[in-house]
Amino acid sequence: MGVLRSGMRPISFPFVSNAIRYALLILGGVICFIPLGWMVSTSLKMPGTEFIFPPELIPRPVVWSNYIDAVTRPGHPFFLYTRNSVVITLAATLGTVLTSSFVAFGFARIRFRGRDFWFIVLLSTLMLPDVVRLIPSFILFKLLGWIDTLLPLIVPFWFGVNAFYVFLIRQYFRTIPLELDEAALMDGAAYVRIYWQVILPISGPVLGAVTIFSVLSHWNDFLGPLIYTNSVDLRTLALGLRFFMSRTGTDWNQLMAASILMLAPILALFFSMQRYFIRGIHMTGFGGR
Amino acid sequence: MKMASIQSMLGSRTQLRRDILGYMFIAPWLVGFIVFTAGPMIGLVYLAFTRYPVLSPPTFNGLDNLERMVGDRFFTISLWNTAYFTFLGVPAQVVWALMLALLLNMRVHGVNVFRTLYYLPTIIPGVASVFLWMYIFNPDYGLANYILSLFGIPGQAWLWDPELSKPSLIIMELWRVGTMMVVFLAGLQGVPSSLYDAAAIDGAGMFAQFRHVTVPMITPLIFFNLVVGIISSFQIFTAAYIATQGGPVHTTLFYVLFVYRHAFENLRMGYASLLAWVLFFIILVFTIVQFRMARLWVFYEVE
Repeated sequence: MGVLRSGMRPISFPFVSNAIRYALLILGGVICFIPLGWMVSTSLKMPGTEFIFPPELIPRPVVWSNYIDAVTRPGHPFFLYTRNSVVITLAATLGTVLTSSFVAFGFARIRFRGRDFWFIVLLSTLMLPDVVRLIPSFILFKLLGWIDTLLPLIVPFWFGVNAFYVFLIRQYFRTIPLELDEAALMDGAAYVRIYWQVILPISGPVLGAVTIFSVLSHWNDFLGPLIYTNSVDLRTLALGLRFFMSRTGTDWNQLMAASILMLAPILALFFSMQRYFIRGIHMTGFGGR
Repeated sequence: MKMASIQSMLGSRTQLRRDILGYMFIAPWLVGFIVFTAGPMIGLVYLAFTRYPVLSPPTFNGLDNLERMVGDRFFTISLWNTAYFTFLGVPAQVVWALMLALLLNMRVHGVNVFRTLYYLPTIIPGVASVFLWMYIFNPDYGLANYILSLFGIPGQAWLWDPELSKPSLIIMELWRVGTMMVVFLAGLQGVPSSLYDAAAIDGAGMFAQFRHVTVPMITPLIFFNLVVGIISSFQIFTAAYIATQGGPVHTTLFYVLFVYRHAFENLRMGYASLLAWVLFFIILVFTIVQFRMARLWVFYEVE
């Protein structure tokens, strides 16, 4: 097809060269895909056949019952875990998007005294690894009586604890011309209106990226729920997966089926919003973990 | 009244109005910062000098925690394990991510399908990925040993072999380099083709072009991926907590797992607070060192 990068010298055997290109791409694809394929294959095997060596690569016969067994496992309410994960993910993400954009609006578009100082403070909190916050946060939540509730996994995100998102949105807001909100004698309500009716509607790309990153990080979070919750009723999916393993053995088929069920909504999000996703990584260099 | 003073009065009232509005907008973050960040971090400084078994209030014990840490064999072991995992694993991730990005940067039809495929493992929840790899690495019936057997290589114990436990985890992480890969891909696409033209005129082949055009142009991204990779690698927890529980013979006792055990299993919050501070300073030092070193070898395009 001749779509070579213009800098490359014309290659005399374009067919061979393209064949090599595809061979390399497929090789990389196979390496990336094998573990995934293995996950799917295991989830569809007859219980018991997952211990055969050499392993059967393709399940014979294909059974779907592992999925049903995984969600109806006695003592492990899969749907309750799912509900907890959904509640945390939605509530925390809503808080993150609303608060981060509101705060970012203040930093980006209002020239108040002390703004630069507080912005540097905000940036410096980025250097604080989450793990370091864990112990003092645990003690704080214990004092507040929030341990073994979902509050520690939601409330802080309504207060902009993820400074990185504030920073990201602020950078975006600054690229929007100031004309609209520079009228000197506007009152507070007018500013809120501008934030809500003018700025937010045209900030789709950055808000989309923040939403995706936030959903991913809360849905996949393991350490937070592990530390702040104890009771079975509050378990998230990420925590619940652990209980397919026991001292007597692991139900690999069910575990893989449950993993795929946990992955499914994320996958759907990824495919429907791939554009925002990739652009978000370009904006940040992070994948939201 | 003179015109100027009226104006300045108006001006200062406008400024005051702006101040009030500004603080109104940043208030949620400011409150959150004081309650959820600054307050707890100040508390953490104090707790590092206390004995705090959680069930009873903290009591000041001076430098006891520091003394304990210096003599703690597991402190050293966990630091070594984390350093091993990071300094072998992160460069490997960067190289692998760059290789994948170079493949994806080839101009062939259908390359977008491969982009999605290469990125897919990265969105898998960390917990699910750990379980998957535990199964793949199973010594008795795992896929990894099956693949080795195809080449006539005897099966390994992988995560359960003290020699191989850390390399196994490194392999596991290599599977999920999608974010680094996308960053590289963006960089590769930004290299102006005129540079390749010039290199080709000078007679540079594929490898020479890579060495003298591509690499210098993307060094800022190599550097960025290294910094971010090291910082996140230092915080490895889930894999060691679930798959190996720090074993075999403490070979996967990573630093955060070590801190976690003291804080939430042994209930030594005071000691754990000190350990958390040490982690903070280690990460800070590496960040600064990397930024300084970057000057020696990072090529920034002159605008």
